Amino acid sequence: MNIIYFLIGCSVLLALGFLSAFFWAQRTGQNDDLYTPSMRILLDDDEETLPKK
Amino acid sequence: MVRNSTLEKTACYHCGDDCITSDYLIEDKHFCCHGCKSVYEILSAGNLCNYYSYNEHPGATRARTDKRFDYLSDAAIADEIIDYKDKYITIVTFYIPHIHCSSCLWLLEKLNKINPAICYTRVDFLKKQLNIRYDHEKINLQQLVELLDGIGYEPLISLQDIIKKQNTADKDNLVSKIAVAGFCFGNVMLLSFPEYFGLSVYEQTFKHFFGWLNILFSVPVVFYSGRGYFVSAWQNLRNKVLNIDFPLALGIAVLFGRTVLEIFAHSGAGFADTLCGLVFFLLIGKFVQKKTYHHLSFERDYRSFFPVAVHIIENAAEKPIPLSGLTIGDRMLIRNNEIIPADAILLKGEAVVDFSFVTGEAIPVSKTLGEIIYAGGRQTGEAIELEVVKPVSQSYLTQLWNNEAFTRKSDKRMQTFNEKVSKYFTIVLLSVAFAALIFWLPVDYKRGFAAFTAVLIVACPCALALSTPFTMAAALSIFDRNHFYLKNTTVVEQMANIDTIVMDKTGTITTGTINNIRLEAILTEHQKLLIYSLCCNSIHPLSRMICQYLGNTNEFSVRGYSEIAGKGIRAFVNGHLVQVGSSRYILDCDEIVSDSTKVHLAIDGKYLGYFSFLHYYREGMKDVAALSASYDLFLLSGDHDHEKKDLKPFFPAPNSMLFNQSPQSKLDFIKSLQHLGAKTMMIGDGLNDSGALKQSDLGIAVTDNVNNFSPGSDAILDGRSFDKLPSFLRFSKDTVAIIHFSFLISLTYNLVGLSYAVTGNLSPLTAAILMPLSTVTIISFTSLATHYTAKRRKLI
Repeated sequence: MNIIYFLIGCSVLLALGFLSAFFWAQRTGQNDDLYTPSMRILLDDDEETLPKK
Repeated sequence: MVRNSTLEKTACYHCGDDCITSDYLIEDKHFCCHGCKSVYEILSAGNLCNYYSYNEHPGATRARTDKRFDYLSDAAIADEIIDYKDKYITIVTFYIPHIHCSSCLWLLEKLNKINPAICYTRVDFLKKQLNIRYDHEKINLQQLVELLDGIGYEPLISLQDIIKKQNTADKDNLVSKIAVAGFCFGNVMLLSFPEYFGLSVYEQTFKHFFGWLNILFSVPVVFYSGRGYFVSAWQNLRNKVLNIDFPLALGIAVLFGRTVLEIFAHSGAGFADTLCGLVFFLLIGKFVQKKTYHHLSFERDYRSFFPVAVHIIENAAEKPIPLSGLTIGDRMLIRNNEIIPADAILLKGEAVVDFSFVTGEAIPVSKTLGEIIYAGGRQTGEAIELEVVKPVSQSYLTQLWNNEAFTRKSDKRMQTFNEKVSKYFTIVLLSVAFAALIFWLPVDYKRGFAAFTAVLIVACPCALALSTPFTMAAALSIFDRNHFYLKNTTVVEQMANIDTIVMDKTGTITTGTINNIRLEAILTEHQKLLIYSLCCNSIHPLSRMICQYLGNTNEFSVRGYSEIAGKGIRAFVNGHLVQVGSSRYILDCDEIVSDSTKVHLAIDGKYLGYFSFLHYYREGMKDVAALSASYDLFLLSGDHDHEKKDLKPFFPAPNSMLFNQSPQSKLDFIKSLQHLGAKTMMIGDGLNDSGALKQSDLGIAVTDNVNNFSPGSDAILDGRSFDKLPSFLRFSKDTVAIIHFSFLISLTYNLVGLSYAVTGNLSPLTAAILMPLSTVTIISFTSLATHYTAKRRKLI
């Protein structure tokens, strides 16, 4: 059963990884605007510019 | 004169307004004005017509194209506005009120196609902000703003840029604290489960291991996430106030202390999971309560109302200077629709000044040469020249801000329910805890301390602390949906306690614009056409309304058109002399005072009659007036009393209507009501109400455009929702009732918990179940009940 020590160590490390990922996202402003991207994705990309006459 | 036009109204392809003429036409697309048409031309030249395919009529009306941005070429002003500048690029963030649909987003992020010097644009839709990076070698700030204005997205530029400040200021690390608390909570839960399910004898080493880990996880929760509660409890203790943070901080401290002790002494599993859960839920409650309106500001003052710069005439040349540089003796040039920023003497031109925002007078006032014009008026008509007699900071208008009402801290208004209750709660809690300690101490000191700490743990008013934020947050979002924006959650409680309502007239119960037009003359179709053709040439608001009233018809050609600002217009139309204007202009006598604005008509010198423009009361004025059954209603107006007769049905009580009120006397009136013990709510709109709004227990600014100036108010009400005011008031009372009821629920939980705690036999499992259970009950009860009452009040 000593494997539990190792497993818990792994799970805590993993969770710390996620926590730091969240902090990084927060600090770099990825959560600042949570609304606009949902609209941006609905807009089409540009069609090719019309051929010149 | 062969012009194909339709009699039914066509909507402008760009902005969706009714087209008055059919002058502006490209292919089959109609435009209401030259501005809209030119936007379309710019976009089609840039191959950006997709703009119109995402939404119908996405644009803003461009009827006014006389905005000038040359002040932006002044380096001092430009430096205030831009965020960052280096050798190659400049970064600037604009607030653009018109951002409202996906077309806006699409177009603004494609600015680069119109001008390649713009390298990057990004829209923040909810904040209505546009972040631009551009190459300042190729395009300067002024050209950039002109480009934005040219496509209908005029940025709101104000030196008192509160919105920007507000968005940067409230960056405390609440989210990080929640993240840490949530992270620890989850892990501690996992590590505590084995203990609850029972560990066999040979697994006891794990128990200690889990215990140590639990302490490790609790440390950041207490010292990082929960730090705010200790700080606030300490500050309140020093101010000799017992607020809810004190029992919370006490609970957190006791939980942590007992957990550490039990684990050290191997006497139990401790309460680490309850502790982490408590802090986590409390922080969530804090987060929910903190609602921010990114596009609103409740604390704007006169500076955001004034322009950024003003044009002065120096050595016969015109140049823009920042407002702060304006000194006595400067000669200002004020054009049509510009605001006069300082008290000044009229030197040249015909001044017709609209003071509706400053004094509440609905009708523009004409001024003669040499007269002093107070700051804050808006010139309508031709350009005028004025000499400054007082600097901006000392003018009549700004004096209002020196009143004590503006320097006073306004937070300490009424004690909220939570504050009142938590004082007694803390006292009772402490006495129960000490009673348990004293009761058990002679028998068994260990049990005594166990009981003492258990009481503090179990009675920790988590549910109580959460009931207010969650109810208020739900209520706030209901108000928000109905275009009623409250500054913070305590406003709801203040609203429930109101017993007196004071209203302003102009702009509050009347709409800002006069839009009820009546024709008091018998005209033939031909005469109507003549008048229409004449009015089409004028941009005066009254002429525009006459055109709209007469509809979309053919025009005659017009010769010898002349407009005398503030008086009227005349021209030869189809061979007839047509005159439209004020009574002094047409009849050569002064207007008899009446309840409406009149525009008189004459053709070939023969008087025909007049158009009257009635003031229009907001929809639902009757319902609001019906509030007099349970509230004292008053009307305070800066205007003359010519509408007294019309308003009498709404304000039947004697002395409930006061006219000719100055801003100061409005403020004093509120003060006198408060001296009599009334809890007053002031509803107003303009600068003239700002003192009263600030002084009152609850100031509501009514506006048709939420981006407008909103002076020192607690709430901003969109004019469209004015009729819902009675429902809002009732709903605020319901909300307070819900808070009272949820308080009862949380008390019940506390009593159940206490009955375990006083015996000293509180197991960590009971605490771990009781705390989240009460929290979940409170959260679901408050949100369901708020939703239900909102439905009953027809607010959703």
